[in-house]
Amino acid sequence: MKIVLSKDRMAIEREQDVVPFRNRVKEYAVKIGMSLVNQTKLITAASELVRNMLKYANGGTVLIEVLSQGRDSGIRLVFTDKGPGIKDISLAMKDGFSTGKSLGIGLPGTKRLVNEFDIKSTVGEGTTVSIIKWKNG
Amino acid sequence: MDRIPILRMGRLLLVTIQIDLYDRLATNLETDLVQMVNKTEAKGVLIDISALSIVDSFMGRILGNIGSMSKIMDAETVVVGMQPAVAITLIELGLELKGVHTALNVERGMELLKEKIGNYDEDLSDEDEDSTE
Repeated sequence: MKIVLSKDRMAIEREQDVVPFRNRVKEYAVKIGMSLVNQTKLITAASELVRNMLKYANGGTVLIEVLSQGRDSGIRLVFTDKGPGIKDISLAMKDGFSTGKSLGIGLPGTKRLVNEFDIKSTVGEGTTVSIIKWKNG
Repeated sequence: MDRIPILRMGRLLLVTIQIDLYDRLATNLETDLVQMVNKTEAKGVLIDISALSIVDSFMGRILGNIGSMSKIMDAETVVVGMQPAVAITLIELGLELKGVHTALNVERGMELLKEKIGNYDEDLSDEDEDSTE
């Protein structure tokens, strides 16, 4: 069972918010004693998702949670935006696919960096992406 | 506006990225570097990223762009000092940093650049010697 130990919320509105957001995620990762490699993976994944949110939805909010499950602890990040939504999620999760001008590695690449990845989207309403990185995952 | 300094050393340009770049800073660096390559007729660009704690797909694209743009301006680009955790993350993310050369540290990067562009210092001194003979 996953127990939420702490919650923190951060609004992302401009590209200048990206670096402070990454630093905040790093603080939590350091606090639970996550290894440097896992920290780097988590922060990179967070950076990809927050960029997507800015690019396609002009921003949104991120919920940062410290989780505990048995002996392991981890970080959950929930990215919520009120953007246009994603029409075909399975297509968006494919390597090399992008509607923007990017490399199209964002979503599938991000999924590879974390332990749990969940995406829900409704066209016209917005997208929610939730990721979990365990300390020892 | 904030800018990343670009140092000129002979026909090489040196850039040390000391802070986590936000997007504007990164795109500025891209255009500044290409203009500097043109202005100084540099043959090589060395970018030290040892202080970068993460490289995401955006930053990876910027580095790749700098490499390709410099290439068509006849200059080679070497990225040096990548942290091991960053390398692991980049490959899992699916970024291979094509188009740029990489080296472990600044010293090796300089050697690699000199190899790539020919040892211009010697060439120059040779010419000098020839002309005085």
